[in-house]
Amino acid sequence: MVRVIAFLVGLVFAGVLLISMISNAATYFTNPPAPLAADEFHKEPKALQLSSDGPFGKFDQAQLQRGLQVYTEVCSACHSLKLVAFRDLKALGYNDAEIKAYAGSGKQWKIEVPSINPDTGEAATRKALPSDNFPGPFANDTAARAANNNALPPDLSLITKSREGGAAYIYSLLTGFTDPNTYRNEAGKALPADAKPAPNLHFNPYFANLNLAMPPPLTTNGQVTYADGTPATVDQMAKDVSAFLVWTAQPDLERRHAAGLAVAVFLLFASVLAFLAYQQIWHDAKGKGPVTVPTKPKVQARTRRAKTK
Amino acid sequence: MSFSWAKPYEPKHPAMKWLDQRLPIPRLVYGATGPGYPVPRNLNYFWNFGVLAGVFLTIQIVTGIVLAMHYVSTADGAFNSVNQLIMRDVNAGWLLRYAHMNGASFFFIVVYIHIFRGLYYGSYKPPRELVWMLGLVIYLLMMANAFMGYVLPWGQMSYWGAQVITGFFSAFPLIGEPIRVWLLGGYAPDQAALTRFFSLHYLLPFVIAAVVILHIWALHIPGSGNPTGVDVKDEKDTLPFHPYFTAKDGWFSASFLLIYALVTFYAPNYLGHPDNYIPANPLATPAHIVPEWYFWPFYAILRSFTLDFILPAKLWGVLAMFSSILLLFFLPWLDKSPVRSGTYRPLFKRFFWLMVIDVLILGYVGGAPISAFRTALGQFAAAYYFLHFLVILPLVSKFETTLPLPNSISESVLGERGTMATAG
Repeated sequence: MVRVIAFLVGLVFAGVLLISMISNAATYFTNPPAPLAADEFHKEPKALQLSSDGPFGKFDQAQLQRGLQVYTEVCSACHSLKLVAFRDLKALGYNDAEIKAYAGSGKQWKIEVPSINPDTGEAATRKALPSDNFPGPFANDTAARAANNNALPPDLSLITKSREGGAAYIYSLLTGFTDPNTYRNEAGKALPADAKPAPNLHFNPYFANLNLAMPPPLTTNGQVTYADGTPATVDQMAKDVSAFLVWTAQPDLERRHAAGLAVAVFLLFASVLAFLAYQQIWHDAKGKGPVTVPTKPKVQARTRRAKTK
Repeated sequence: MSFSWAKPYEPKHPAMKWLDQRLPIPRLVYGATGPGYPVPRNLNYFWNFGVLAGVFLTIQIVTGIVLAMHYVSTADGAFNSVNQLIMRDVNAGWLLRYAHMNGASFFFIVVYIHIFRGLYYGSYKPPRELVWMLGLVIYLLMMANAFMGYVLPWGQMSYWGAQVITGFFSAFPLIGEPIRVWLLGGYAPDQAALTRFFSLHYLLPFVIAAVVILHIWALHIPGSGNPTGVDVKDEKDTLPFHPYFTAKDGWFSASFLLIYALVTFYAPNYLGHPDNYIPANPLATPAHIVPEWYFWPFYAILRSFTLDFILPAKLWGVLAMFSSILLLFFLPWLDKSPVRSGTYRPLFKRFFWLMVIDVLILGYVGGAPISAFRTALGQFAAAYYFLHFLVILPLVSKFETTLPLPNSISESVLGERGTMATAG
């Protein structure tokens, strides 16, 4: 009975699936879907090598400091960094006094933290302390949208973990803005008119639907004057800020790599020891008992047939 | 336990004798995982995955309890408590979280190998039907728990995953929508859903542990199966669990944990989805919503029903998806072949590997974005999945000629050495 029901259920499900498949195939061939501009013109991220790549990767502190400078002077005009605290900057090689100065001087970090006036209880702002998280440029999402043609600049704390392609994607996006009128894809095809950016949108082939609200943020060489004298080309600034955003998303990276090595060595050692113990324990067990016929079923079948003949 | 030659527990130390007379816990352990449990001597390494599943359940419970100390189960606070508090501020919080996240994936890897081992070696056949069914109950609980755990960080995939999965219930006419609202505590996932998922996510692992005890208890009545599928006949066929299988499990578990550690430390986000690092936003649907990899085959079956054929396509999909798991409960009665092990079933063996490939294809289709080709491939693979278990398997078990079985386990183990010796 179970088998009869099973048979019917199996045939019904398989039947409906095959009918769906045939009906889909029919629509596909009679009415083939038009290729999407996003598929034709979208590009995979460019290759980006950072010192934090690979199992032994470590951050390049000088690069992270440069990246912080780019974030401070350029990105922070629109993008928040909510999950990072000023005290975390210690990992970039700053000392307590420098962090205090950075957060609260008003010279480098100009945005203040929301607060309450202690006398009147009215909303106010105060200078940031090292224990504060990076305050965002807008009071709330509505204010952010109002200032950006109704587009919400995403928080950058986790951006390299929350986008396919990670840092390479951010780097490609920052350096990938081009003129939609002269752009040709790999097949040499020009962008069709309906795929061209609407007003207030900007063409970038690395963005999933090709047009994004963010205007090119890094436009001219020397837009930032690096404290360490590194020439601030657009490419360099994009690389540095991408490296910085790897750190903001994974401040644990160096500790993780170091701990991983220790754990792997320990487990490898434990496995070898445990394997030797296993071999010793099983040494006698593997050769006990009577010896009769081969294990392989086919060989067994053959030997049995031979015996009966 | 039921073997006459199993060594009885004889405590020597007076303290152990005293304890044994009052609360025989040492006797229980001795009989369950000690020298008192005789195990077929011919087990291969696929038999190590049961113990490994226990190892991963333990890892999940231990890391999970500590994570729960820091997690905030509010719709406003959940994302930040995971991504700032735990990942940045709690000492080694990143390790706990990555270990828990990847521990879930590895728990599923281990359990999938364990299940496919059972399918190949006929572990669901008499007298172990209940062992198999209790195992499936554990698997269902794991799926429910993994889903609820994935909702807790309250990222985009958490939110939309909760939306899609609870949406399954709304496929049922009349009762569906009220059930969905009751499950979520609202019309969409929000505070009520998050808090109850957290509560249940903490509860279910202990329910799983309880069913694991039943699973092992039921296993110890007939004893472990083995790669030949031949019953244990006498003492020569077995070795005591301790020290033989504890030693084998020990080294195998350590080396498997090495793979787990490499993923956890060097590619912790490889098995996850980037969108879950974006905070939940009920107003922005992700471009393509996918569950975690361990649900991909079932997700492919769900999505394969694209045609309103008598019933709505969504209802077909949901029914088929639930059936695809529930049908495994009926395997002992679908596959009536008296030969347990696939090694001695030439026809079954071929179909078994076809089914494995089929499930892998379903997994690929379920995880990839929709395209015309992949939808067709998924539909074919889903149809084959049902045909395999519900039509082909019963027919094969009826008509196939099996190969002769060895006379005993010890013969099968030690026979090959014999031929090698004579050949040499």
